[in-house]
Formats: sequence, C-alpha cells, structure tokens
Amino acid sequence: MNSICVKKRHPSDTLLYIAIYVCAGFSVALLLGIILYVLVKGFRCVSWDFLTGVTSVLNGTVGIAGNIVNTLYIIVITMLIATPIGVGAAVYLNEYAKPGRLVRAIEFATETLSGIPSIIFGLFGMMFFGQTLHLKYSILTGSFTLVLMVLPLITRNTQEALKTVPDSYRSGAVGLGTGKWYMIRTILLPSAMPGIITGAILAVGRIVGESAALLFTAGSSGLLPKTAMDMLEKTFEPGGTLTIQLYLSASKGEFEVAFGIALVLLVIVLLINFATKALAKHFNVNKE
Amino acid sequence: MIEHTLEQPKTTTPRTKGAQNTRSIRGVNYTKEGFELIARIIFLICAIVAIVAVLSITLYMILRGTPALAEVGIKELLFETLWQPTAATPSYGIAFIILNSIVGTFFAILLGVPIGILTAVFITEVANKKVAAVVQPAVELLAAIPSVIYGLLGLMILNPLMYKLEKAVFADSQTHQFTGGSNLLSAVVVLAIMILPTVINISVSSIRAVPAHLKSASLALGATHIQTIFKVMIPAAKSGIMTSVVLGIGRALGEAMAINMVAGGSVNLPLPFNSVRFLTTQLVSEMSYAEGTHRKVLFTVGLVLFIFIMVINLILARVERKGAVENE
Repeated sequence: MNSICVKKRHPSDTLLYIAIYVCAGFSVALLLGIILYVLVKGFRCVSWDFLTGVTSVLNGTVGIAGNIVNTLYIIVITMLIATPIGVGAAVYLNEYAKPGRLVRAIEFATETLSGIPSIIFGLFGMMFFGQTLHLKYSILTGSFTLVLMVLPLITRNTQEALKTVPDSYRSGAVGLGTGKWYMIRTILLPSAMPGIITGAILAVGRIVGESAALLFTAGSSGLLPKTAMDMLEKTFEPGGTLTIQLYLSASKGEFEVAFGIALVLLVIVLLINFATKALAKHFNVNKE
Repeated sequence: MIEHTLEQPKTTTPRTKGAQNTRSIRGVNYTKEGFELIARIIFLICAIVAIVAVLSITLYMILRGTPALAEVGIKELLFETLWQPTAATPSYGIAFIILNSIVGTFFAILLGVPIGILTAVFITEVANKKVAAVVQPAVELLAAIPSVIYGLLGLMILNPLMYKLEKAVFADSQTHQFTGGSNLLSAVVVLAIMILPTVINISVSSIRAVPAHLKSASLALGATHIQTIFKVMIPAAKSGIMTSVVLGIGRALGEAMAINMVAGGSVNLPLPFNSVRFLTTQLVSEMSYAEGTHRKVLFTVGLVLFIFIMVINLILARVERKGAVENE
C-alpha cells in the first residue's frame, strides 16, 4: 500500500469507471435495440408485393413501390444539381480564392446552411419554390429544397479531399504549362474523387432519411408513373418519399406498414454507411 | 476509379496541344485565357450559391414572419399563452410553445451530454482498440438513422412505458389529463438519444486531439487514469466539447418529425407529463391546413425558431474561433 509504484485507489474512480461502461453500453445497446426491433417488427410486413405494389383501397393492396420511385427521383434530381455546385464551390474556395472577406463570408454561409434545421428548409422551400416559383407541391420543389440542405455536406467533403492533394501535383502541372482549369479537370478532381464520392454518398443518405423538409414541399402521393410521358411529368407532381409515407402511416395507426418501411429505410441507410466505410478504406489503402 | 477518370481527358489532349503549337510560347492564347476566365466565373458562382441561399432564407423568414406580429400584436403573440387559432375569437399566444422548445432542449442536453461525453471517454481512453473500433462506427450509425424511425420507436416503445409511469404517478389525481404517454418526458428522452451521436463524435475527436504530453505528465505526477481523464484531458478538450454541446442544442431545437410523433399535440405548460407542442412540431402539425392569420402566425413561429438557430450558429462560430485561438 505504501509503495510508490502502486497508485492509491480512489472509490470515486471505480464509480466513474462504472458510469463510463454503463454509458458506452447504453449507446451500443441503443443501436442494436433499434436495429433488432425494426427487423423483427418489420420483417412480417415486407414481402415482394409490399415492395413492388402500390397502396390501393380499391384492390385492398398495400405497397410502397410508388414511394421508392419518388425517393429515387428526389435523390437523382437533387444530386444532379447539388454535386456540381458543391464541388464547384469547394474548388473555388480551395484553388481560386485568396483569404479575405469573400472567403470568410462563403465559409460562414456554408456553416450556417449546415446548421439550419430541415423544417426551416421545408418552410423556405414551400414559400420560395412552391409559391413564388409556382412549382406547388412537387418532386422538383422537394429536390430544390434538398439541394440547399446537402450543399454544405458536399462542399465540405470536397474541400477536405482537395486539401489532401499534395501541392507538388499543382506545381508539377503548372510547371508543365497547363492552365488552371486544365489542371483542376485532369489532376485535382480525379485525385480528389474518393472524397467527392464519399460526400455524395453521405448526401444520398441524408436525402433518404429526410422528412421534415419534404413534408411541405414534395407532398405525399404514392402513385407510380404508368407511361413514358408520365415519367417526365411526374417531376411536377407531388410525390411522398419513404420517410413521409412512414410518418403518414404511423399517424394513421398503420404500424405494420410503418415498420415495413422502417425496415426498408434501415437497410438502405446501413448499406450507404457500409459503402462509405468501404470506399474510404479502399482509397486509403490505394494511397499508401 | 482513379485510372478511369484519368484516362478520360487524354482524348482531348492532342487538340489543345495542336492549338498551342501554332503559337509562340511567349504569345497569349486568347481561347485558353477565355476558358480560364469562364471557369473561374463558374466556380465563383457555385461558391456564392451558399451565400445567396442563406440570405434568401433569412429574407423570406423575416418577410413572411413579421406581418403576423403587426396583425396580432407582439405582446399578444409572443407573451400570451392561449393558442386557439380556429376559435370564434381566435387567440394566438405562442409563449408556451417557445417555453417548451427551450425547456425540452435544456433537459435533452442535460440528459444526453453526460452520456455522450462518458461514451466518448470510453472510446478514446478506456476501451482497447478493438472494442473502440466497434463502438465508434456503431455510434456513427446512430446518426444515420432517419428521425422518423426514432419517432416510430418512441411511439411504440417509449410512450407505453411513459403511460405506465404516468398512471403510477397520477394514480390519485383527479385533475390530471392522461396523455397515453405522449408527453414532454418522451420527447426529452428521444431528443437526448438523437443528439448522442453529435456529442460523441465531436467529443471523441477533441479528446483525441489533446497533446499526449499532458496525459503523460499527469500520470507521471501520480494521478490515476480517471483523475487524468477528468482533471486534465477533458478540461484540455473543453472547446471541442463545448462545440459538441452547442451543435447538440441546435439539433435538439430543430428536430421536428421524431418529437412530433411522441410529444402529443396540445399547447401546454412544459411539465413532464403534459402533452406538449414545440416550435417545430407546431409547424409540422398545423401548416397543412392553416389559413389567413393562423398561417401568418405559423410563419412567425418559423421565424422565432430561425432566430434561435441563428443565435446558436453565432455562438458556435465564436466557440470554434476561441478554440482555434487556444490551440495556437
């Protein structure tokens, strides 16, 4: 006990150790509990018909194919707009801009955008895209709203990726006499591609899980497009994503359907998460 | 992937080369200069989109949120507690709603932040590498789960539990209105869970960033591991942990769908077993059918929420700047 090599044991240490283990255990148990519960409850509802059918009171069928298609529409349109803008902004901030007021303003704006809650985006989307631009409740309104929401995510990830490109690449390119745009296109963007893709996948994950921003912008229809013409027109029509349908089903008390959708969502989210992890790992190995 | 994208530009290389060969190396290539200028301008426009977005959101929130203040009166709107938008003589007091958002967020932080920090300590200091490599991704996954799923699970698991608790607490009460478990307490618990990943992730990186010599010095002076963690490392990681708390406040204030599903829906005093409304859930549940003044008041509710969030953002920027200065 009196040896200087042995530290005195404090009873409060043990208590804190217990608290630490309990909290960590709680966090992990939480995730496992959520996954297991949704899996068990949702498994009963998910079937081939559920995934490929459309809900119809007339035929007495329940299906979420329409919502899956709507979700895909919103993902594709949002990403088509947000990726170029986000990447472009990152390129400007990292390659062109000189430190100053403009850069600080852009960075503050990006930071602010990522801090604004989705319900505010929803409100703004409804007012601006829905009413001012007369897009009403439509997939386009929803997508435009989400563009603003995922923009910071893509910009920041691209910026991080551009920062990891060694300066020697830039000097080498300039030394060879390339212009700046040519260097960005052929050297910087390809080298930063893993980071850009990771950012894009994370953005898709956010879109899949988003609900508050879509409730008042994309609406809630769950119909499938029937003809080729419908496919284009659909972007101007309301379309509820999986999350919106989950919310509506739960508020109507249809918990079976709600858990079925929850299971589908959870699987998508898990896949996206693993994909980003695998990508990051793959490219890190390549760099070494 | 890299190879593929690298190959693509090669097809265009000869043309550029040819164009350059016809000119002197000291001459000016106007086409190329033009391209450079256009590229620069396009990138600038992309970068400015964020500024334009923030400005127009601010502008719209203010333009649409202020008319109701004039119509109903600032005092009647912000400081009255009676919310009866569809009554014959409508009353639009949102004081309880604002109060609920503040109280709910406060208790969610009180509950979630200690759990989050202790979990972060576990990941960085207590667990061995293998365990930490499992726990940390698990926590990151928590952040990816859509909020409606949290809401659904809260509705199915938490609310029945709360109802049991409620029945036990108010067994003798004659006046209590039973809520079936949809109450402020449920919302606080769901919010606390939802801010966990934010708090944990940022705390983990700030604890990891604490210089190793601080830890070694403390241990060498005879402090135990726990004393080192709580007396040296956490104080050293203070600014990062503060950032995580502020971000958590922002997340809790702005969360809408999950707590809309578990908090009930009456405008009530923020008491644990009352069915309550928050700023966000007020918008979610009434925006779809509100008209006239009622709708304008909802925009004011949005404006109030927006102001809260902007204040949080400014605090966040300040905390981060302070942290950056300290690190230098």
